Amino acid sequence: MFEAIAFYLFAALTIVMFTITVMTSQALYAITAMAAGMIFISAFFFILGADFLGAIQIIVYTGAVMALYAFGMMFFDTTRNVVEKRTNPQIVFVLGVLAAVMVVAIFVAPIVSNNIQALYPIDAAIGNTQAIGMVLFTKYLVPFELAAVMLLVAMIGGIVLAGKKMDKSLTLMAEEDIGSMDDSIEPQAGGH
Amino acid sequence: MEITLTHYLVLSSVLFAIGLIGVMRRKNLLMLFFATEILLNATNVAFAAISHYMGDLSGQMFAFFIIAIAASEVAIGLGLLIVWYKRTGKIDLDQMNSMRG
Amino acid sequence: MELYLYIALFAPLVGSLFSALFGMTPKTYLTGYIASGLLFTSFVSSAILLTYVMGGHTVHVEMMTWMATGDLYIPFGFVVDQVSVVMMMVVTIVSTVVHIYSVGYMDHDKGFNRFFAWLSAFVFSMMVLVMSDNFAGLFIGWEGVGLCSWGLIGFWYHKESATWAANEAFIMNRIADLGMLIGIFMLYWNVGSLQYDVVFAEIGNLPIVIITWIGIFLFIGAMGKSAQFPLHTWLADAMEGPTPVSALIHAATMVTAGVYLVVRANPIYDLIPNVGLFIASLGAFVALFAASMALVNRDMKRIIAYSTLSQLGYMFVAAGLGAYWVALFHLMAHAFFKALLFLGAGNVMHAMHDELDPFKMGGLRKVMKGTFIMMTLASVALAGIYPFAGFFSKDLILEVGFVEHHYVIYTVLLLTAGLTAFYSFRLVALIFHGEERYKLFGIHPHEAYKFMLVAMSPLLLLAMIAGSFKMTYYQLVINLLPSTQYHVHNEVTFWIMTIGTQLFVMAAILFAYKKYSNWNSVPDGSSKMENSFGYKLLWNQYYIPKFYEEVFSKPYLELSKIAWKQIDLKIVDATVDMIANAIYKTGENTRDIQNGNLSTMLRWMVFGLIVLLALAVAFTVGYNAVSA
Repeated sequence: MFEAIAFYLFAALTIVMFTITVMTSQALYAITAMAAGMIFISAFFFILGADFLGAIQIIVYTGAVMALYAFGMMFFDTTRNVVEKRTNPQIVFVLGVLAAVMVVAIFVAPIVSNNIQALYPIDAAIGNTQAIGMVLFTKYLVPFELAAVMLLVAMIGGIVLAGKKMDKSLTLMAEEDIGSMDDSIEPQAGGH
Repeated sequence: MEITLTHYLVLSSVLFAIGLIGVMRRKNLLMLFFATEILLNATNVAFAAISHYMGDLSGQMFAFFIIAIAASEVAIGLGLLIVWYKRTGKIDLDQMNSMRG
Repeated sequence: MELYLYIALFAPLVGSLFSALFGMTPKTYLTGYIASGLLFTSFVSSAILLTYVMGGHTVHVEMMTWMATGDLYIPFGFVVDQVSVVMMMVVTIVSTVVHIYSVGYMDHDKGFNRFFAWLSAFVFSMMVLVMSDNFAGLFIGWEGVGLCSWGLIGFWYHKESATWAANEAFIMNRIADLGMLIGIFMLYWNVGSLQYDVVFAEIGNLPIVIITWIGIFLFIGAMGKSAQFPLHTWLADAMEGPTPVSALIHAATMVTAGVYLVVRANPIYDLIPNVGLFIASLGAFVALFAASMALVNRDMKRIIAYSTLSQLGYMFVAAGLGAYWVALFHLMAHAFFKALLFLGAGNVMHAMHDELDPFKMGGLRKVMKGTFIMMTLASVALAGIYPFAGFFSKDLILEVGFVEHHYVIYTVLLLTAGLTAFYSFRLVALIFHGEERYKLFGIHPHEAYKFMLVAMSPLLLLAMIAGSFKMTYYQLVINLLPSTQYHVHNEVTFWIMTIGTQLFVMAAILFAYKKYSNWNSVPDGSSKMENSFGYKLLWNQYYIPKFYEEVFSKPYLELSKIAWKQIDLKIVDATVDMIANAIYKTGENTRDIQNGNLSTMLRWMVFGLIVLLALAVAFTVGYNAVSA
């Protein structure tokens, strides 16, 4: 009973938040609504017993990703820059609803095969975090490492792309060049 | 009244559709990124639910990796966006028409 | 002896291929010399083969298998027997002379090398034609000479009239060749082989109706190639080609292929005397018909062409009446003096800067002595004055007609002989005698190169003395051909006929001289004679070209236009255009997909996703329906 109430409550909240995210013309509303939606999503994870996933959801999305977006918004001043033109809004909704109907149709259809064997069964005796740790560092070790490398690459890429003069190597440059580079950066960075 | 896997899947589908609508509707690139986050989260919900109802941890694993991918995407995507903004001063999708034939 | 056979056959081909190598390069005398030299080699080989054949042997080789499927077996076989060796001699002699002559004649032509390639290719085809030991090989040569004739008539292809004439000749010959092919098919169908010896051995066992049809269809082929009525119009128009070509192809060799075919197929025609009589009648008709057109024509080469046509008529009379050896003899003699006549005309043409109207010449005797003598003697031979070649061969044909009791044919031929003498000497008189009318046109004639005259001299010699070979020739060919002797038994009648004919011809010659040797003006179409009905009829070639144009060409043009405008444009093209337009419009309407707008692209991406999802749903539903 409690589960049902919680599910419906959070489902409603999530849908509302994400709808606001998608529909509002105010960027600030959008990002706020999305952050809220992310947190509500994590509620489902907790309900489903995926405690660790829920925690990660909050930390990564609400903490890291949303912070990034917030910085991005400050950088772009989006509210002023973009006037969104709407062409054929009906088509957008028709396509979206159609997609939803299709996916639902696929999901609610009886699952073709019934003898699905759990590869990594959830053991009630041990905690979710521990169980995840065991699977993650045994079976999924290689993907985990790859994901780590990918994140590293993404981080470096983000820094290089967003940073200034990152295409130059300070170690290979002569002293005076570095000095002159400093001058050229100064007016921009200072913003006077 | 019991909540079944179907409930979660339907919810996931609805969220996914909202994300799709966002993707199609938004012209502001930053907002477009938001919509993609919604898409990813919708699938995460479905993975977690399946994992729970099938009693298998694989679903959660996939959800982890999706989160990792989402994080990378944001980092790179925002970086590219900044470069683009520096160049053109715009982040309007309609004005990115260098692929026009 | 096989070696000589192959040399005789393939030397012209080598010459042709060699010249063809230089086809696109500027003029080089090398091609002319090499081609002429190889032709001479071929002639020498033919001469060696002639002595061999005269010794009573024949050469028969089977070079290789050509077609062998099921019951069909056709080899590339060649035979040198008494008939083919005569033809080989004629072909090689005339073509050697013409080759050497052409070195001088084509001296200033840009297509010098190309000319020799075609000319030697023609000789090769002609050799295949005469040497083949089966009808299929004969047909190959037959088509080969047709092709080369096309290429040579249209040699100056930048001239509209030349290409037109080339196509006319080609198309007319195709019509006739269809008849010939049907004849060959019928032969194969009924006999089961195309080898001459097999066919001629078996032909007697066939029903007479079938033999008749075979004879008719083969003769249709001969009619086309030898330009007999009603397929005669191409020959006069073929004079658009260079004059050596006219001498070689349209006088001496190719046009006589039809006669050769009838002579070669004599065992067939012997069985069907009715068809033979038809051939003879047609020949007599053509002889008179062509000679009458030559009377008024004002184109030097066309006059000689009509004369050729007329003489071919003589040959067909002889062949049709069963006097095959006489036909072949006249073919040989005619080849010599007619080629000589043409080459002489070529000299005159050169001298007159390609002027063809003899009324614009006159008095050329003074500047072109050699040519004058040669053309006069050739005309004498053509007219059939004793002791020149024409006397022996042409009078023989007259005798054949008389002895076989076809007095109508005899009379026609006799009349034609008179006409022949008249128009020949009309031409000679107009060109070489009388006032120098060419001065009105500011032309300074000059004699041809000396070596050209020297090259022509063998023909002159042969035109004079060919008659003396008559008995040798007769002894040779009766090995293969029916050996009927045509003698008027009554001594008095014989002498009256011979002398009478001679006198008649002489009178015609004198009349021509009297009328034309003092001609002093260029006719302008105003005189009474030129406006008479008969003159106009002859001048317009009995309105036959016009008739063909009205009856065949124009309706065909209309039909083609209908096919073009109604069928091709409205159905075929429209269908093709419709397909293209459909694709084009689809592209036009869907180009928005590719308009470069990322937002639109995203929408299309979602659309694609939905399509895929729909497929997945359909699959799921279908799968469940099947498994349930």
